[in-house]
Amino acid sequence: MRNTAQAPQTAQNLTKFDVALRGGSVAFNGTDIFHDLDLTLRAGSFTCLLGPSGVGKSTLLRYFAGLVEGDVSGTITCSDNTPLAGRVAYMAQQDLLLPWRSVLENVVLGAILRGEKPEHDKASQLIAEVGLAEAAHLRPAELSGGMKQRAALARTLMEDRPVVLMDEPFSALDPLNRLRLQELAAWVLRGKTVLLVTHDPLEALRLGDHVHVLSGSPARLQDAITPKGQSPRNIADPGILAQQAELLGQLGADLSGGAA
Amino acid sequence: MSKQNNPHTNRKALSERRWLILARPLIIIVALIVTWQVLVIVTGAPKYMLPTPADVWTTLIARHDVLFDHAQYTIAETVIGLFAGAALGTLAAIPMALFSPVRFWLMPILLVSQAIPFFALAPLLVLWLGFGLASKIAMAALIIFFPVTVAFFDGLSRTETGWLDLARTMGASRWRLLTHIRLPAALPAFASGFRVATAVAPIGAVIGEWVGSSHGLGYLMLHANARVQIDMVFACLLILCAFSITQYFIVDRVLRAALPWQPDSLKPAR
Repeated sequence: MRNTAQAPQTAQNLTKFDVALRGGSVAFNGTDIFHDLDLTLRAGSFTCLLGPSGVGKSTLLRYFAGLVEGDVSGTITCSDNTPLAGRVAYMAQQDLLLPWRSVLENVVLGAILRGEKPEHDKASQLIAEVGLAEAAHLRPAELSGGMKQRAALARTLMEDRPVVLMDEPFSALDPLNRLRLQELAAWVLRGKTVLLVTHDPLEALRLGDHVHVLSGSPARLQDAITPKGQSPRNIADPGILAQQAELLGQLGADLSGGAA
Repeated sequence: MSKQNNPHTNRKALSERRWLILARPLIIIVALIVTWQVLVIVTGAPKYMLPTPADVWTTLIARHDVLFDHAQYTIAETVIGLFAGAALGTLAAIPMALFSPVRFWLMPILLVSQAIPFFALAPLLVLWLGFGLASKIAMAALIIFFPVTVAFFDGLSRTETGWLDLARTMGASRWRLLTHIRLPAALPAFASGFRVATAVAPIGAVIGEWVGSSHGLGYLMLHANARVQIDMVFACLLILCAFSITQYFIVDRVLRAALPWQPDSLKPAR
């Protein structure tokens, strides 16, 4: 995989501004999901958001994407004093590929929806980068789960936005495919500001430069854990495993080995 | 859908199933004809009440020119009515899905239109549009307008929310969202409505012909019935059946070919 997925290390690929959420609050039907929450996404770094199901991780991510409607307050500012709107790419747990379009046509969807001329050469290059060159003209129904998420990743990269928001993008995959796609994502997203929501502590430590746990109701962010080294990290590394134990503890796991 | 059999028995089961698919319509037709014949023998019904299959077949051959002449009208009315009704349904469904005020005003009108018995409308349509094709086309179009509109509207309102989110982060315009995501995503639902419409469109045309016309199978049936030519009535019915089934089959095939990605086309067709 490493030879096909060369990290696109050009200067304009580097995101140079922080994104800061201050006093973020979201309530649904009068219940606070989170309240007065602060989170800064550091320029060009990979932030992971970890937490139990239903705690509001996805809501927080969708808040950054501008997709939350209803009882919302708080401000999102970028350190370059330009609004965040229009500068994010979004990738969800479902591949969200349109079944009537081929992989190539799906990858250029953003341009089509904005009425721009689709750049097919660039799209083909990205499709090759995620390892789907042979499948560029197939429809989604003909792809495996892993291939579909690769196509979705290519579509996300095609948008070429400085900030990438990913909502459990690999959680529906089998463990091996998940590892491969994490590695691929670490390579192709290097230099961008990424927020990734996951329920898998190892995934967070493998990819994240800053790993936050979100827990409680209304949800609160705990102090970030910052794993050493560059992603994709080795998940067999003792330091990573120790941090995994720490994260599981923050998530409320009983690590006493069943003595209770 | 396949049980964990060994490949050999699997293939055997498959070829048996294929044989059955070809033979099934024949078996059904033969069984119906036999039942019909038995019914004539058992009841001892005279020919002017219930003719035998052979009587009807003889009439079908002997009067094929008249039957063909009138069938052309009914077929034309049905096909034109089908496309007119589908076009109207599409024109109603899209604004209803896009603009909520249109939805709130049009939905009650649609429901009221369904509360009117179509038989009661037919004489009015003949009065307004005359004895010719127009009143029958209008009848067929009216009868299929509802299933097409409701099915298409339903499909347009149920766009996968993930696609809408994605399109929003991509900065899609409302119009492009409609043409590139919502419309294609609703086509399978439209196709279901169109299939139902295909099955009911001939009913509209025939009702129109019964009420007032000088051509068509409905007209022919009414006159034959009045002259106690029941074999002729049955001959008309057989042609109507054959046409309806053929039309449905063609429409179904065309829709499957046009929407190869819709869920029911992805399954093997056997």
